[in-house]
Amino acid sequence: MESENNNRERHSFFLNMGPQHPSTHGVLRLLLEMDGEYVLEPEPVLGYSHRIQEKMGESRTWAGFMPNTGRLDYLSALIYNHGYVGLIERMAGIEPPPRAEYIRVITSELNRISSHLLWLGAFLLDLGAFTPILYTFDDREQILDILEHVTGARLTYCYFRVGGVCRDVDERFIDATRAFVSRLRSRFSIYEKLVTTNIIFIKRVKDIARFTPDMAMRYGATGPVLRGTGVCYDIRRNEPYSVYPEMEFDIPVGETGDCMDVYLVRVREMEQSLRIIEQALERLPDGPFRVKVPRRLKLPKGDVSFSVESARGELTYYLVSDGSDVPYRLKVRSPSFSNLSLLPELCRNMLLSDLVMALGTIDPVIPEIDR
Amino acid sequence: MTPLESASILPPELIRIAFTSLIVMGFVFFNSILLGYLERKLAGWFQRRPGPMEVGPQGLLQLIVDGVKLVGKQLIIPKEAAAPLFLLAPLLAFMPVGIAFIVVPFSTKLQVRDLDVGLIFIIAIMSFNVMAILIAGWGSNNKYSLFGAIRAVAQNIAYEIPMLLSLLAVVLMTNTLSMRGLVLAQGRLWNMIVQPVAFLIYFIAGLAETHRAPFDLPEAESELTAGFHTEFSGMAFSFFFLAEYTHMFFVASIAVVLFLGGWSGPPLPWIDYSGIVWFMLKVYTLLFIMIWIRWTYPRVRFDQLLNFCWQYLIPFALVNLMVTAVIVKL
Repeated sequence: MESENNNRERHSFFLNMGPQHPSTHGVLRLLLEMDGEYVLEPEPVLGYSHRIQEKMGESRTWAGFMPNTGRLDYLSALIYNHGYVGLIERMAGIEPPPRAEYIRVITSELNRISSHLLWLGAFLLDLGAFTPILYTFDDREQILDILEHVTGARLTYCYFRVGGVCRDVDERFIDATRAFVSRLRSRFSIYEKLVTTNIIFIKRVKDIARFTPDMAMRYGATGPVLRGTGVCYDIRRNEPYSVYPEMEFDIPVGETGDCMDVYLVRVREMEQSLRIIEQALERLPDGPFRVKVPRRLKLPKGDVSFSVESARGELTYYLVSDGSDVPYRLKVRSPSFSNLSLLPELCRNMLLSDLVMALGTIDPVIPEIDR
Repeated sequence: MTPLESASILPPELIRIAFTSLIVMGFVFFNSILLGYLERKLAGWFQRRPGPMEVGPQGLLQLIVDGVKLVGKQLIIPKEAAAPLFLLAPLLAFMPVGIAFIVVPFSTKLQVRDLDVGLIFIIAIMSFNVMAILIAGWGSNNKYSLFGAIRAVAQNIAYEIPMLLSLLAVVLMTNTLSMRGLVLAQGRLWNMIVQPVAFLIYFIAGLAETHRAPFDLPEAESELTAGFHTEFSGMAFSFFFLAEYTHMFFVASIAVVLFLGGWSGPPLPWIDYSGIVWFMLKVYTLLFIMIWIRWTYPRVRFDQLLNFCWQYLIPFALVNLMVTAVIVKL
């Protein structure tokens, strides 16, 4: 490899991958310095879907930014909702009723599963298996139907409100969710048989693109990418919010940090999410689903941050308030940006096919990076 | 001599050639449309969806409509592309398709010519495909196309070796290279049972030869967008499409001729030409398996693909060949 690097000037050429490429998952552009099939230096180029989201947060009332949160990471919109309402509630000192907290957890976890299911399909699509994405979308469709029934939207939800949720859940939602939990459990064995034990799949992902704990921490990577390396760090456990402390669930971690481990972490996380949903449905208390909050809420002076565990890792909102009803500064720390940042180090001197696979493992959502 | 031929002023041989070419071209289109339809329909069923449903009953006319659409599309030649090569490639891909049909024995009677070296002939003609892909990739002046082309060449050259070795094992037993002779030599016991290893190796190599998943690296969508035919549109693209599906047909029919007893099968009382029915049935069963595999497995990586060939297929094929030689000699 050393001698190849010396000859880099002579041999290498640039391959422009994206922003329109089937496996860059949106409008990510990768500038690859290649030597044959080997990627010498991948460079992510960002900014193709920059929508001044943070600036929008500073130019409208705290409630006005609510719909934007669902559009940052369109795959786990509810969790982004959750982070934002948690932030405002912490700042204003509002305590949402317990029923609302449980509904938030149930819907957030459903959203997490739907995000992971989409990832599972897309990841296998990156590996050249066309069929699984249709299966996972079949399952995901059930979640979307359930969430559509209660939130009114299928993708970019704006369901949570400061002090509760927008609408109460009904029996139909609870029954449908229970049915879905048992259905998805039975589906995992299909995925296990078709994917996890498939020899070609194992050969493609095992021992490739190793994430080390050190590397992940240096770049601030969180979520399954970090947990795949064996570091047990989950905001739901480390900085508990909402009613997660009352729930019983495991944090799946990997051992070696290769793509197989990250894959397994995500699959097991879905199982744990099902556990959380079951418990939350069991304990779902009666009572109000929302407390009264003044329409033009003035937040006290100061700053506050609130973190949640999104499907991709740690999501932190940081708000500076000058006492008016418009935030002075709203900063979103999105997980995909940090996770994607380790791509160049991870994929140096790697085959193009592996780069595509590693990128799929990181599971970036580009609008959330660009904001 | 049919009355039509004897009454003509043209030499009968010419009419025969024109007539067979017409049939062959008709069959190429029919086969591609059928396979394209099957591919989409079966993919749909494997993926728990209905597949094409809109055009015609059960979407049967979908591929014909698609074909007409492709004919009507503009052929875009990229500005930086080498136009002569770019235009030559699809033709070169399509050319062997017609020629290779000469030796395919559809039944006892239906075969254009039974060449003494039929097997070598069909494989040699099929190898032209690589040239077409290389020219397509080079002529497009697109890095993705070039990647696809390079992969295709490396893959085809590597996999032709185990393919030929496995076929040679059968040839050693039957002592003939004529396609007709190969079928006749099998008698009651198919070569698939006598030579299971050779059959397996041939089938795997055949998948790689036709760039079918899990060996579809030259057109790996998630890596190379569309591989060597990224830049092709309209009829140029459909030539590649036709060539690919006809190629699949050849690979399957060689397998049927060498390993599955060709046209042989119990005679069907209600059809005069039961041979062709059996032949087609076997060919399309193999093609069905190829489609099945494609929609089930993920893609292998490029180095794994070549390692698999050099480390497993070629040694196994060689051992198989030697064992066969020894047994035949005894």
